[in-house]
Amino acid sequence: MKNNRYIVVSNKELAPDMWEMKLEGDVSEISAPGQFINIKLEGCYLRRPISICDWDDRSLTIIYKVVGKGTKAMAGYQPGKKLEILCPLGNGYDLSAISEAPVLAGGGAGVPPMYGLAKALIAQGKQPKVILGFNTKTEVFYEAEFKALGADVTVTTGDGSYGTKGFVTDGFEPADYGCACGPEPMLRAVAGKVKDGQFSFEARMGCGFGGCMGCSCETKYGYKRICKEGPVLRKEEIIW
Amino acid sequence: MVNMNVSLSGLRLDNPVIPASGTFGYGKEYAELYDINILGSLSFKGTTRESRFGNPQPRIAECSQGMINSVGLQNPGLEAVIEKELPDLAKIYGKPVIANVSGFSLEEYAECAKAMDDQEQVGIIEVNVSCPNVNHGGMAFGVLPESAAEVTRAVKKVTKKPIYIKLSPNVTDIASIARACEEAGADGLSLINTLLGMRIDIKKRQPVIANQMGGFSGPAIFPVALRMVYQVAKAVKIPIIGMGGISSAEDVIEMMMAGATAVQVGAANLVNPYACKEIIEALPKTMEELGIENLEDIIGCVNKISKQ
Repeated sequence: MKNNRYIVVSNKELAPDMWEMKLEGDVSEISAPGQFINIKLEGCYLRRPISICDWDDRSLTIIYKVVGKGTKAMAGYQPGKKLEILCPLGNGYDLSAISEAPVLAGGGAGVPPMYGLAKALIAQGKQPKVILGFNTKTEVFYEAEFKALGADVTVTTGDGSYGTKGFVTDGFEPADYGCACGPEPMLRAVAGKVKDGQFSFEARMGCGFGGCMGCSCETKYGYKRICKEGPVLRKEEIIW
Repeated sequence: MVNMNVSLSGLRLDNPVIPASGTFGYGKEYAELYDINILGSLSFKGTTRESRFGNPQPRIAECSQGMINSVGLQNPGLEAVIEKELPDLAKIYGKPVIANVSGFSLEEYAECAKAMDDQEQVGIIEVNVSCPNVNHGGMAFGVLPESAAEVTRAVKKVTKKPIYIKLSPNVTDIASIARACEEAGADGLSLINTLLGMRIDIKKRQPVIANQMGGFSGPAIFPVALRMVYQVAKAVKIPIIGMGGISSAEDVIEMMMAGATAVQVGAANLVNPYACKEIIEALPKTMEELGIENLEDIIGCVNKISKQ
């Protein structure tokens, strides 16, 4: 983890209230997809933790949903804006544990980390089956980006206005291995359809780096901090 | 060259800046970022006899210039702290530390304090009678002069090291509780713990914190903390560790002028992990600008003036 200044390179709305921001700065310590950053915002006391969607050797991409004061302010940032950010935080996905053809399920604001994960797995020669779940057609984002990686992509919408009607779990057959990020009921449903897997959890955080115990959860192997030992937990350790 | 040394019950500190219990774990996460040996001391995560997970999620809420937490004394328990956390802490921090202990009975307070008293690296034992996040313990002992005094006596009976009682601001008259602790033998006082607070999610129409209420901290509470340190300093002769919203070298000086001998920095560490380091580095220049040669000279200077 480092605390550094980053510059906003681009900031655009992908779907209603869903924004993509590219930031330039020190990304040297990012070690795995599924890690996150914690952004200091003017006018907000606590930082805002946002998952890393993608990164290269000098920039990173985040996708965030406007839900409150902080993310609303972020949506107003123009290119050139400087931000103080803790990067990277959390464990991320353990690629070595993931099978040759895993299911990757992302729901809504849980889609972004699946992009970095799909990219990393494809680079290893693996063939992920990606399921992207949304409520309705207008919310769909990043389908083309996932396809451009060469991934097999299925989109589901709750109202059936686009792709397969239903939840992400309606988009795949029971599988050996699955990775997921999204609302907790979705994670649980995905966990019920895969033999093994890794799941990324959200929590209200204080610090984001393990200092306050604000985001702790109970697992089968003891207490874990979502921000430090998580946000990615193994299926076998999760207490639903 | 300015002198930042202060002395707490005979324990000499290089500077008055101490991370507050519960905001610094056992130092590990911060030691990855800077050499934490620059700290005056370190009050590590509060210890209870048994291991505790604490309260359900969510237990963090944002506020204007502050935050609410309802962690609820999550810690691995007395035995694990002594066997594992303290030896690990000794590897990254070489100075005497402050052992913050909590309990749900007089016996538990005494047992935790006694065990910490036996640890060589512990310089001061800070007895938390003011946690707002646990039922039937914590703050319950700190809201009445008699019960705060009872805890003080129970702990003093079994220890040799300086005992500092950490006081709650959620009381009608903090000075009377401070005096009761002093009369019961407390060597010093730490104040203030967090203010009981609350936030409501207006979309969901329910409290943000699963436990409904929690402890409010951060810069927003600094004036309240300062006022209480000022009042307590006038009421007692024992040293005070002042805390509550401190985020800058100026805040440190202001808190010391109100009567604090040393200070603790809490919430600031969580939003800026370098907060303590930056404060310590800024102190000499701030002192010079204010014409302060010895930091100890300003302790309670406001009280001295108002007493004249």
